[in-house]
Amino acid sequence: MSAELSLIGPILAAMLAAATPLLFAALGELVVEKSGVLNLGVEGMMLVGAVCGFAVTVKTGSAPMGLLAAATAGAATAALFGLLTLGLLANQVATGLALTLFGVGLSALIGQAFVGIPLKGLPKLNIPGLTDLPVIGQALFGQDLLVYLAILAVPLVHLFLYRTRAGLVLRAVGENHAAAHALGYKVIRIRFLAVLFGGAMSGLGGAFLSMDYTPMWAENMTAGRGWIALALVVFATWKPLRVMLGAWLFGGVTIAQLHVQGLGVDVPSQLLSMLPYLATVLVLVLISRDVARTRLNAPACLGKLFHPDA
Amino acid sequence: MESSPPADAPPPRLELRGITKRFPGCLANDHVNLVLQGGEIHALLGENGAGKSTLVKMIYGVLHPDSGSMLWQGQEVRVPDPAGARRLGIGMVFQHFSLFDTLTVTENIALGLDNPGPMAALANRIRTVSERYGLALDPDRHVFHLSVGERQRVEIVRCLLQDPKLLIMDEPTSVLTPQEATKLFETLRRLAAEGCTILYISHKLEEIRALCSRATVLRGGRVVGACDPRQETARGLAEMMIGSELSTPERPPQGAAGAARLSVRNLSTSSDNPFATNLKDVTFEVRAGEILGIAGVAGNGQAELMAALSGEALIADPAAVQIEGLPSGHLGPRARRALGLAFVPEERLGRGTVPELSLSDNALLSGYASETLVTGGMVRFAKARAYAETIIKGFNVVTHGHKAEARSLSGGNLQKFIIGREILQRPKLLIVGQPTWGVDAGAAAAIHQALIGLARSGAAVLVISQDLDELFVLSDRISVLFHGRLSDSRPTHETSVERIGLLMGGLFATPPDEDGEIARAL
Repeated sequence: MSAELSLIGPILAAMLAAATPLLFAALGELVVEKSGVLNLGVEGMMLVGAVCGFAVTVKTGSAPMGLLAAATAGAATAALFGLLTLGLLANQVATGLALTLFGVGLSALIGQAFVGIPLKGLPKLNIPGLTDLPVIGQALFGQDLLVYLAILAVPLVHLFLYRTRAGLVLRAVGENHAAAHALGYKVIRIRFLAVLFGGAMSGLGGAFLSMDYTPMWAENMTAGRGWIALALVVFATWKPLRVMLGAWLFGGVTIAQLHVQGLGVDVPSQLLSMLPYLATVLVLVLISRDVARTRLNAPACLGKLFHPDA
Repeated sequence: MESSPPADAPPPRLELRGITKRFPGCLANDHVNLVLQGGEIHALLGENGAGKSTLVKMIYGVLHPDSGSMLWQGQEVRVPDPAGARRLGIGMVFQHFSLFDTLTVTENIALGLDNPGPMAALANRIRTVSERYGLALDPDRHVFHLSVGERQRVEIVRCLLQDPKLLIMDEPTSVLTPQEATKLFETLRRLAAEGCTILYISHKLEEIRALCSRATVLRGGRVVGACDPRQETARGLAEMMIGSELSTPERPPQGAAGAARLSVRNLSTSSDNPFATNLKDVTFEVRAGEILGIAGVAGNGQAELMAALSGEALIADPAAVQIEGLPSGHLGPRARRALGLAFVPEERLGRGTVPELSLSDNALLSGYASETLVTGGMVRFAKARAYAETIIKGFNVVTHGHKAEARSLSGGNLQKFIIGREILQRPKLLIVGQPTWGVDAGAAAAIHQALIGLARSGAAVLVISQDLDELFVLSDRISVLFHGRLSDSRPTHETSVERIGLLMGGLFATPPDEDGEIARAL
């Protein structure tokens, strides 16, 4: 096998891994936004999830406990957002920004004691025969559970939104909360549940970073992925499958630029590090040029406050 | 006092006893009693703010009464929420439709049912019911594709699928063409004949006289009367509602129409918004001293026409919109105002006024130039306040003064303020969208009088409205907007509500999207 071909497997595997935190966070945010809530605090929730997952894994030695803690911590952070915006009618944009700042600070505080501690990472799947397949074996059958879980979440979220009654109600609440309320749906409760789900997914995305992708804790280690996840949702016109393609694109360019840096190409590394963000936004903007389609998929009540008596 | 009913008579379908509901600062319902019998069509009459909506929302479980009791077929019940109301057999068609634009008809209906079952089976049930009651509907279409009349059918079918025993209709015909309304009445009569009680809320008194066998009149949250509307005149009903005599606008004969103040030539628009209706080759003119009315069901291009005329949307061809003969299509709203155009948008809160600002600040927003309320970049607040007070006095705006926030005014009072603000600036050309939508009869008469007065003093007035009665009161000539095309105008005295109604529905014979001549046949 040629050297070039042998590179494809690891690159593919690395790409799927790099896309995973985005996929978790963006799918969570997609459900939140479909219910009509704009939570800009994804970055903060990811960081809180990352540090809590890491800390609990270090303390208990159990990765599942760590993941559970990450999801719970993400949901708890989101609950704070839900309380402020849905319960007390605070402005969603301002509260979301504040949540990110809060998450950065809180995660740094919790993480102080854990800087520099290495972690083993999550166990990889190993299916004799399949995992050893040339080129694709490692990428498709040698990842850890979270990578598969993130990909599995794409059809699950799609089925939930478009095939179940609960999903229909959630979309209806995001489309026209006054009408949904008039029909007797509990707008606030439904949105709060969606916000909790979004927080848990963000927490898992963060935990994947700290427990597996680079198994250690560093301040601000999400490095803006929360913001990319937010952009993905909008540019993917609120469609789960497009979110996945966008996440893979981001992952792919991330890995590609690392390899370019590794080859010693004479381009400032800062420019190359910019590439994944730039490429993802650019491609998704091109995809979502069709304004009409975007408007049809965009939840009409996104970011609007709702009060049942008004 | 009512005598007790004979022992063998069935209990009334619904009886309300002493229902009271208080909101902060207002008593919306004050010991309201109401009896609805099985199979009757019962009208609930009252001006804006009389408490009709509050009352029906309590029946449907959206709001809860502070005190009083509700008897459903003789049994005392509490309606905790709309689902509870639906379980009892109460259905409601809302004034502002509770539909979801980006969902299909079937999905919309499923949301209103407690146990919709599989979507395919539901779609079949929708087809069956819509055929049975003559309410043509395609279950698979998205709601944003539907006309307003079709949207209402979705709401009605949604109610019918639950075999309602009481159907509440809140202002159902305000958005329908006269022909659509007639079809709706057939459906309602049929339902009533099958034993369903209908509680019918409307401003349109002629309709109530044609349709309803009993009426209850609310004023200021109290029941002030009950009658058989078939025995009353429309004027008598209106006076029961407002509690005083109704003035009809005087209409001095039109003098010779002057020069064209506004000419629109082959105006076409295109939009990225999938919910927009593009204008196609719209041509008309409005002359000094006359009122031109543009009729049409909402969503046929009214919003787009208003935007193109006000300057909110710029037109590529400047000559398509000419104000006083000057090509103005490329000019923004301020430049057009400088040419003498004034503008009263349909949307009172948000376009007509800034809801959170005081009346004097709102007066400033459109009057700063013509009333010189700003000099050298500085606001002359004293003058703005005086201007606001002049409007309030001159147009009988009921408010506690120029400091009141725009949103604190009732629809009718706010509209009087907005129209007063524009008229006092002595425009050469005034464009008004839906001047009396949701405005009670007294305020509507005042607004109509002001518009007629403005035209007779030499200004050109363009009124875009869905309300045919209003257009026939106001206009010298009438055109119809349908699917973005405008019919030729006709002098009002040479046409009739029926003919305009046919045009509003696209003449029925013409398929809606065909490019054929739709309105030249007038």
